[in-house]
Amino acid sequence: MNKILLVIQREYLTRIQKKSFWIASLLGPLLITAIYAVPIWLATQDKEVKRIEILDESGSFQATDLVDKEVEFKLVNKPVSDLKGSFSKEGYTAFVHLPKDLLTHSEDIKIYSEKNLSLPLKSSIERVIEKKVRAILMKDAGIASEVYEKTQVEVSSETITVSEKGDETSSSSGGAMILAGVMGMLLYITLLLYGSQVMNGVIEEKSSRIIEVIISSIKPYQLMLGKILGVGMVGLTQFLLWIVLTIGLSQVASTFYAASPMKQKVEQIKKVDPEVAKKMDDASPMAEVTKVIESTNIPLVIGGFLFYFLFGYLLYSSLFAAIGSAVESTAETQQFTFIVMLPIILAFIMAQFTMQDPDSTMAFWASMIPFTSPINMMVRLPYGVPMWELATSMILLVVGFLGCSWVSARIYRVGILMYGKKITVKELAKWLFYKG
Amino acid sequence: MILTIQNVVKRYADHTALAGVSLEIPKGCIFGLLGPNGAGKTSLIRIINQITAPDEGQVFFDGELLQPKHVEQIGYLPEERGLYKKMKVGDQLMYLAQLKGLSKAEALNRLKDWFIRLDIKDWWNKPVDDLSKGMQQKTQFIATVVHEPKLLILDEPFSGFDPINANMLKDEILALKERGTTILFSTHRMESVEELCDSIALINHSQVVLTGEKDEVRNRFKKHAYEVRYSGDLGESKSYEIISKAPENNSAIIKLAQPDETNSAIAALIKQVDLFEFKEVIPSFNDIFIQVVGETK
Repeated sequence: MNKILLVIQREYLTRIQKKSFWIASLLGPLLITAIYAVPIWLATQDKEVKRIEILDESGSFQATDLVDKEVEFKLVNKPVSDLKGSFSKEGYTAFVHLPKDLLTHSEDIKIYSEKNLSLPLKSSIERVIEKKVRAILMKDAGIASEVYEKTQVEVSSETITVSEKGDETSSSSGGAMILAGVMGMLLYITLLLYGSQVMNGVIEEKSSRIIEVIISSIKPYQLMLGKILGVGMVGLTQFLLWIVLTIGLSQVASTFYAASPMKQKVEQIKKVDPEVAKKMDDASPMAEVTKVIESTNIPLVIGGFLFYFLFGYLLYSSLFAAIGSAVESTAETQQFTFIVMLPIILAFIMAQFTMQDPDSTMAFWASMIPFTSPINMMVRLPYGVPMWELATSMILLVVGFLGCSWVSARIYRVGILMYGKKITVKELAKWLFYKG
Repeated sequence: MILTIQNVVKRYADHTALAGVSLEIPKGCIFGLLGPNGAGKTSLIRIINQITAPDEGQVFFDGELLQPKHVEQIGYLPEERGLYKKMKVGDQLMYLAQLKGLSKAEALNRLKDWFIRLDIKDWWNKPVDDLSKGMQQKTQFIATVVHEPKLLILDEPFSGFDPINANMLKDEILALKERGTTILFSTHRMESVEELCDSIALINHSQVVLTGEKDEVRNRFKKHAYEVRYSGDLGESKSYEIISKAPENNSAIIKLAQPDETNSAIAALIKQVDLFEFKEVIPSFNDIFIQVVGETK
């Protein structure tokens, strides 16, 4: 036992002393923060207002109809051929030609520009024209504009989960889906990342030939176990650093936000219109996060994540260790890593469907089978899973891990001493039944 | 006996590596384990190191059935050796020493002594990658002996060593023997056997085909042949037969008709020639090796 601790210590220390570990630990939270912070920062930047000329042969538009936040329109009355030559010289991005029969042939609108128009600009132009055309058509059909305004309703619903006892919790389908997606993704990445670290560690020991010295001091399974646990602890350390740093960085980012002109603008708008203020609060990411935190069983989700990370990692990394032992260099690993990666990738694909329908038969089985259950059960967990299903899935995963590590340890102890032989899957199967 | 091996059998899927091997290795000697490549030496060494287990038979270490605790009393330098390339020399030796059961403080003390003795103090913080091959070999040797094992197993220890390091290694081996360490040393280089070993065992085709003390084995392979140097004309006699003659340096190899009847042979010789030298031909281990391996094919 003492010697396994020595192995764990070595595996852990040599890895966290590497520069690459700290780079990954720092870059991770920076990237996560950037994903949230950059769009906010971009939104605070004032946009350049585009200028557009409009040649309206139908005579439907007045200057007052043509108002938009991002586009400045100007009605002109010149022949198309003149405009073609002049618009860009006069500083206009484009000009729009509206035909005489605009109301009946609204598809004949032409926009002339020097470069391809951006999609948002094109839709801004179309939106303004559409609104006016619709208003005219309504009026012609005898519908008063007030009636039209009244029919513009927006439907929004609140989802509530009811437990058997009748307790009601306001739930958040969107939030649960985001949480499920993030956790599934995180598990997928870490299983592959740390699994292959274990594999490369085994290959390093075998190809540098230090392996024979080490296993003359400890049993092969002790070395394998120590390596897997050491690398797993590196993984947990990295999670911890990511969490702490992400929280820290978000604090810094939100402090900056509070002091920025963006915040002041938002506050002004809120003061003017309390209804808008309420809508904005509801739509902000913080509100969504708060809602998710209120509606999900956070200790269960965190506990579940740690459990499924730990045992999913143990299961897969023991298989990766077995592969590492059977080859002599990283270049030879492809055909075998594919066999181990296939279920992880499959689990990840299944998780996309599980996310959409967490109670389907497929989702049920995907979250029971030990190879796919870590990712799929994690995806189901934020939506709520019956306790017996969760317990069965966990027990099956532990059993699956024990089975895999038995198989792996048997391949490993033969593989690490095997040199100069091209290994096939059939050969690996034979090793299972070698004695001592 | 430091090591008693009884009827050890080891089979692999497609061949038998050891077919009933028995050996006794006395304490405090240098024991040569000889044999051609693929004879089963490495399989036997791995069993003694408990890297693999025998299918049949038993191994006793210092009178006790071989158990996991014994690894701490065995030092092993495998033929194919290496170190963690990116790890610092000091950290690496500390790790290997502690795996052999030394406490942290004790490992540090002993390693410091070794570093001072071999004058390599400034290596402690260097990654192994930065060391020359000779320096890596020294590091490996320290790792093998730092826990002061009772039994030291060296598999082809001189392969890859330059003459200077080979000499250093030889001196260290002899010094360890002085202090009572038993050294089991596997090789197919006969010159190092003649130089260092007290006893040998020759393994061929998974079996021990020859074993004993070095001089006793040599005696067994004596052919009662003598080298003679003389002047004159050497003819036949009933007390010896001429095996070969080298007239250009006036010498010949003769074989006695009756073993040990040297006096009558000399008497016969001096009747014919002026005798300058009469010397028994002692077979070299190279000859013995080739002869025995050839016979057991």
